[in-house]
Amino acid sequence: MDRNLIRKALGAKVQFIQGDEACAYGALLAGCTFFGGYPITPATEVAEVMARLLPKIGGCYIQMEDEIASIAAIIGASWTGAKTMTSTSGPGFSLMQENLGYGIMTETPCVIINVQRSGPSTGQPTLGAYGDMMQARWGTHGDHEIIMLCPANVQESLDLTITAFNFAERYRTPVLVFIDGELGHMRERVIIPEDDEIAIVNRTISNVSPDEYVPFGVNGDLVPAFAPFGAGYHTYVTGLTHNEQGLPRASSAEVHNRLVRRLADKILNNTDDIVLYEELETDDCEILLVSYGITAGVCRDVVATARQRGVKVGMLRLITIWPFAEEAVARLAQQVRMMIVSEMNMGQIIHPIREAVAGRCDVRLISKIGGALHMPAEIMEAVEQWR
Amino acid sequence: MRQEIRICGFGGQGVVTAAVILGKAAAVFDNLVATQTQSYGPEARGGAAKAEVVISDGPIGFPAVVAADVLAAMSQEAFNKYKQDVKIDGVIIVDPDLVIDHHADQPIYCVPATRIAEELGNPIVANIVMIGALTAVAHPVSWDAILASTLESVPARFKDLNQRALETGFEAGQAVASGNGRAAASVDRDSR
Amino acid sequence: MAMKQAEDLREKYLRQSMFPTIFCDGCGIGNVLNYTLWAIDEIELDIDRTVFVSGIGCSSRLTGYVNADGLHTTHGRALAFATGVKVANPDLTVIVFTGDGDGSGIGGNHLLHTIRRNIDMTVILVNNYTYGMTGGQVAPTTPMGSITTTTPYGNSEWPLDVCEVARALGAPYVARWPVTFPYQPIKSIEQGIRKRGFALIEMLAPCPTAYGRRNNLRALDQSWKWYKDHSLLVEEYERIERFGTDAERATLQGKIKVGVFQDSERECFSDQWRAVVERVKLKA
Repeated sequence: MDRNLIRKALGAKVQFIQGDEACAYGALLAGCTFFGGYPITPATEVAEVMARLLPKIGGCYIQMEDEIASIAAIIGASWTGAKTMTSTSGPGFSLMQENLGYGIMTETPCVIINVQRSGPSTGQPTLGAYGDMMQARWGTHGDHEIIMLCPANVQESLDLTITAFNFAERYRTPVLVFIDGELGHMRERVIIPEDDEIAIVNRTISNVSPDEYVPFGVNGDLVPAFAPFGAGYHTYVTGLTHNEQGLPRASSAEVHNRLVRRLADKILNNTDDIVLYEELETDDCEILLVSYGITAGVCRDVVATARQRGVKVGMLRLITIWPFAEEAVARLAQQVRMMIVSEMNMGQIIHPIREAVAGRCDVRLISKIGGALHMPAEIMEAVEQWR
Repeated sequence: MRQEIRICGFGGQGVVTAAVILGKAAAVFDNLVATQTQSYGPEARGGAAKAEVVISDGPIGFPAVVAADVLAAMSQEAFNKYKQDVKIDGVIIVDPDLVIDHHADQPIYCVPATRIAEELGNPIVANIVMIGALTAVAHPVSWDAILASTLESVPARFKDLNQRALETGFEAGQAVASGNGRAAASVDRDSR
Repeated sequence: MAMKQAEDLREKYLRQSMFPTIFCDGCGIGNVLNYTLWAIDEIELDIDRTVFVSGIGCSSRLTGYVNADGLHTTHGRALAFATGVKVANPDLTVIVFTGDGDGSGIGGNHLLHTIRRNIDMTVILVNNYTYGMTGGQVAPTTPMGSITTTTPYGNSEWPLDVCEVARALGAPYVARWPVTFPYQPIKSIEQGIRKRGFALIEMLAPCPTAYGRRNNLRALDQSWKWYKDHSLLVEEYERIERFGTDAERATLQGKIKVGVFQDSERECFSDQWRAVVERVKLKA
């Protein structure tokens, strides 16, 4: 793909755009050439940008008949060697669950943007929420790991979508980027990074002959080399439990154990690379605000206000949600008296936090649902009350 | 320094476009930090349309309006709904032909944006008149920035019309802000 | 047709490590594979540039036996995955194996839209009137009155005619053959692959184990005879329908129309999309 063409399609280096649009920009910068999607509020703008820009760079946009077909199409397209993406919101993400598992089982790189809205069911289509955090982790059936990133602002929506493609390619697995309806529709300044400012990772392509190729055989890093369809490697891809040759061995406990544990380990052994987070004023803090997504900006304000008032508050912002930043949370749990978790749901990420804290400090939730963001004052009030 | 601006009216007046142009002027052309949002929470239902811009010289945490420094109201319903969320030292700009009953504790600047737009040939640019006035009254961004942002945001064939709307709005804003308002623009300091 | 020996074809096209197959005695799915191999050999299809896609079910296992790139996907979704493959790389030939439950039940909506878009692929839909892999439940194609494990008192639903649906949607190539016809299916698969656009070949295949034994079609010769007795070429069927006597028309009762139902031309998605790209693609 001609990178100048991508830059030409994106336009001015500094723009004032929405979170949804920024995700699409990030995808194009990462080298995405195929998008299959289905319209859904508040994610539709992602698809609209892809529909407008992909043909300009010679890529392909296809609007599928539903979200099940959308994720199926991007997985199929990925096997031709293309970088692929879809976008959706809660109801569509629910529909994608089975094929998400297929993508994990078949080690297919692809990226799924979920611009979350309130549920259950149709809920509040135009308003933001973070209600799919656990569905992302456990929504598809069976044992598995998942990589999920949570941008906090529009620039990061662009940057982390690039990171998501890199993780998808590096680890050969579907990667989720989760924002919400508020961030998806919010506009901020975005600076389109230069090529030398961004790392682009491409999946490792098999360099052995088809005769020697073992499609799901691995070396040290547990990620098999990829052979695109049409290259003469005759790869058989199945969602059934399969051996290194890719052949079904659905009744073998041994093959299943080896495969499913490797799929988990290729992610869990690389948490140093994958687990991203930001710490703010944590050196001496006694109260830790834990946040992710759009709420992080609000917590940033609260840290500043609290410090002005002499309260030792810090913030841990989770950027990678899955795999979970266990070590960082456990480390901070030894230091702080209390963690205050602000979530735009009824309490989801507080569960792995409590698990990592393991009783070493108090963990409290400020839950907000209904579409409104947390106000800085209400978090500050909780800090004052609970300090 | 954080400035919170809320532009409201009814659907179709282009309040979102106005907010986007203002935000872009700040973030892209004045190198400030800005967030622009449409609607936070279910209170933004019904006929009232609302768009917000927060402009700052530093990072913005909470991205929306907590209490507005500037309220620009282009419908009675929206004015009634949002006037109580204006800071006590904030300012309010209204289109007096659409917000007949415009009383508040804050100074109210009357700019008949829709009438000005009609005189310019197309009521569609009332929102541009309004952000011109807003720029003159509250100075959230520079004139060069708002002009550049406006011209970049509108279709080529409407650039002239929009530039005239912005200029006329800006002049009307200057007039009311300096206190020597013309007949078309006036300050109402009623503090009922 | 210069026929090779079946063993030669197996040697050339099959993944030996996958054998033996999962298919039961008397199952017709193996015949569908044989016909497909004959067809691709006859037209000298480049197997390295061909992707076989399937869903879930007995017939969807066929992709595994072919020594080529294969995508054995989730239940009902083969056409959506296949669409991704074909659209992302239009130079590849895409052949889908699916069943009646997979392709027209759970995957029915994908069938409609893949035909509507006219994605250039050949779909070989094996219809055995039942969900065989799960032991013989009622399918969208199960004839009215049939006994299955979930219609123990007889099926009370009308069956779906997949070919009629495909024809109505304007699929450029639509054919139906029972596996008991030895040559016509090969010809149709060849024509389907050559067709630029969506081709559907419905193959009627006996399932003695899950369907036949509950519906007096348990014995192999019995079930094969049933297909022979109940199939009528579409030309003959329609002639009788239009010009036959009442007595002749009465013989159509319970008969299955077979043959080539549609053979037409229609611009396929990839051609349309290529035109869009040519129109809007930026110059470097």
